Amino acid sequence: MIKAILIFNNHGKPRLSKFYEHYTEDTEQQIIRETFHLVSKRDENVCNFLEGGMLIGGSDYKLIYRHYATLYFVFCVDSSESELGILDLIQVFVETLDKCFENVCELDLIFHVDKVHNILAEMVMGGMVLETNMNEIITQVDAQNKMEKSEVTSVLA
Amino acid sequence: MPAPIRLRELIRTIRTARTQAEEREMIQKECAAIRSSFREEDNTYRCRNVAKLLYMHMLGYPAHFGQLECLKLIASQKFTDKRIGYLGAMLLLDERQDVHLLMTNCIKNDLNHSTQYVQGLALCTLGCMGSSEMCRDLAGEVEKLLKTSNSYLRKKAALCAVHVIRKVPELMEMFLPATKNLLSEKNHGVLHTSVVLLTEMCERSPDMLAHFRKLVPQLVRILKNLIMSGYSPEHDVSGISDPFLQVRILRLLRILGKSDDDSSEAMNDILAQVATNTETSKNVGNAILYETVLTIMDIKSESGLRVLAINILGRFLLNNDKNIRYVALTSLLKTVQTDHNAVQRHRSTIVDCLKDLDVSIKRRAMELSFALVNGNNIRGMMKELLYFLDSCDPEFKADCASGVFLAAEKYGTDSLTSLHVTAVLSCVLAGSYVRDDSVPNLIQLITNSVEMHAYTVQRLYKALLDDISQQPLVQVASWCIGEYGDLLVSGQCEEEEPIQDEVLDVLEGLLVSNLSTPVTRGYALTAIMKLSTRFSSVNRIKKVVSIYGSSIDVELQQRAVEYNALFKKYDHMRANPNPNIAVITIHASNSTEAEMTDFVFQAAVPKTFQLQLLSPSSNVVPALNQGTVTQVIRVLNPQKQQLRMRIKLTYTHKGSPVQDLAEVNNFPPQSWQ
Repeated sequence: MIKAILIFNNHGKPRLSKFYEHYTEDTEQQIIRETFHLVSKRDENVCNFLEGGMLIGGSDYKLIYRHYATLYFVFCVDSSESELGILDLIQVFVETLDKCFENVCELDLIFHVDKVHNILAEMVMGGMVLETNMNEIITQVDAQNKMEKSEVTSVLA
Repeated sequence: MPAPIRLRELIRTIRTARTQAEEREMIQKECAAIRSSFREEDNTYRCRNVAKLLYMHMLGYPAHFGQLECLKLIASQKFTDKRIGYLGAMLLLDERQDVHLLMTNCIKNDLNHSTQYVQGLALCTLGCMGSSEMCRDLAGEVEKLLKTSNSYLRKKAALCAVHVIRKVPELMEMFLPATKNLLSEKNHGVLHTSVVLLTEMCERSPDMLAHFRKLVPQLVRILKNLIMSGYSPEHDVSGISDPFLQVRILRLLRILGKSDDDSSEAMNDILAQVATNTETSKNVGNAILYETVLTIMDIKSESGLRVLAINILGRFLLNNDKNIRYVALTSLLKTVQTDHNAVQRHRSTIVDCLKDLDVSIKRRAMELSFALVNGNNIRGMMKELLYFLDSCDPEFKADCASGVFLAAEKYGTDSLTSLHVTAVLSCVLAGSYVRDDSVPNLIQLITNSVEMHAYTVQRLYKALLDDISQQPLVQVASWCIGEYGDLLVSGQCEEEEPIQDEVLDVLEGLLVSNLSTPVTRGYALTAIMKLSTRFSSVNRIKKVVSIYGSSIDVELQQRAVEYNALFKKYDHMRANPNPNIAVITIHASNSTEAEMTDFVFQAAVPKTFQLQLLSPSSNVVPALNQGTVTQVIRVLNPQKQQLRMRIKLTYTHKGSPVQDLAEVNNFPPQSWQ
């Protein structure tokens, strides 16, 4: 099971935080800070797996992360997930974002964090992997966005 | 009231803040605006406001006042509203708040909505955060959707069902009929989530596990199709057809095949096929291979297959990619109990990984190394592990020290004592990571390795100079200093050795330090006392001991009082010059041709005297004056009478026992006056 998915930048500023287990708001922020602290210490040429910090659950949990330019994508998982599989999943996630935003960069995530949530919701549900086919995900996200647009005066953003 | 600003606008504004305080001010201002807008019950701008609230929540600011608004959005007819509403519910609400139950009705309606995307939203939210009550209420709807032909909804329903089962395990039975033809689906998304659902059910219930074993042939067929199907653009990831699904199926096969011969046999061929045919140049291929290896190791596979699996792991260990090395070490750790010999073959590679720069790999290699230590390789392994303990990061020291200690205890033999002691010393010097109850064991160990006493006490003393906070270290060090203090100051050590007063300073320091526990203080006091027979600064020691005779700590007080008594009543036992004690050394030599064995010297003195015979240097007197046996006698003569002694010699000479009696009256007057 995936416990949490976090995206933050090189300075630790959160760009997306999704928790699939209940934590208080304070704990959530602490987890983000602790994860950033652990992950930012890592060298560039070490493996992408880290034992998780104490807050998020201790010995059964791992942090699996990828660093793309200015952003860290971190999945916190337990032992039921395949480490290499999650790495691939992060890759699919990023490629999907790339397709949806056309050469995605950090600014896209900043100004459209709700869209990122929508994309993620088509990939991971309740901490479990829902769909891994990029085209399928994009098709569904596009259809829903169309529905939104068709509703009179979209006043969202 | 002006229209609330757009989310984009808010983000832009916040990004201009130069300090945390400025940002906080902007947020507070906007929160106030949002609150008033909420109070006006404005439907048009509600979702805009909630979106902003979610953004602020992500940054760490409180957003709970928006919870009810999320519910209102969910109840709205517009898809845009529902989307943000459900997202808000997932981010802001959880089952600890009572309001979440208000969602149940909305979700129920939305699960039956005419638009699949609305149904999808409802399923998603229920599957993420549904409480047990909600799950109970809505399980029926989920079960219905599990049987739909709409693959988009079916896959979501499957994962939602997993969540329901996790929250309310008793409902698992309910989903059984719906699973009947899940695997006949063509859609990979549905297949994937179905396998997840089946896995969950098998893991939770042995009955389900038995029931689903009959699916093994079907799973094997699906896997085969994926491998053999050739290029399929729809499911291709880096040249492999839906690797995620392959991994999931392999995992389910693992669970089904465990402890079951028939199932294991049925999957043998496909596992061999995957293991040999998978392309390993990309990560996806390795992910599949990794999962295959784990499955092979877990089920009742034939030995040929197992060897194949371990060899794959061995190849992984040599891979340049650190991730691959990491998972290889992880899997070897899982299999080292069952296939110990096979893993032993890779021991040298594993030990090399201890020197890797990567912290995660080092940790795995360390755990695996400890698992591989046995009676045969203890010497080599211990060397490597001690080196690692010395040079590793502080975060490892605790576990490494424990591991070394346990390994030394389990496999250390007499012939390896020096190695053993070094190992143990290293642990103690690594800090308070050794359990408190291991102190007596360490002391026992050190006692037994006589040749290492000088080295041990010197190292421990030096460690004490640096740090007196680690209690086990301090306790063992104090004990050693008390016992071997004479070696510490005697010049036996190569490096600069301390003088007696310095040593006493250190021990007294321990007594008064706030860092010392009462147990440690006891050790220190006893050590100081012992030094009174090894050092010459007896008066200083006497003073220290008498101070503690009135210590608040009862244990310390008792010790001090008893030691004081030793000073008073039994002082004559000391080796120190005491006018009432005569020290006589006897030298026994043998001029005959044959040696004298079992040589025992005994002596008796008149009543007013007290006699103490120390151990002889040997009980064999070599022949032809080639050596002597020396023995020290201490005679207490408080009344200063003339010393007389009756002596008896017994020994074996040329095979026959000999006994000799004599009286000695001609002791020089200085010895007793």
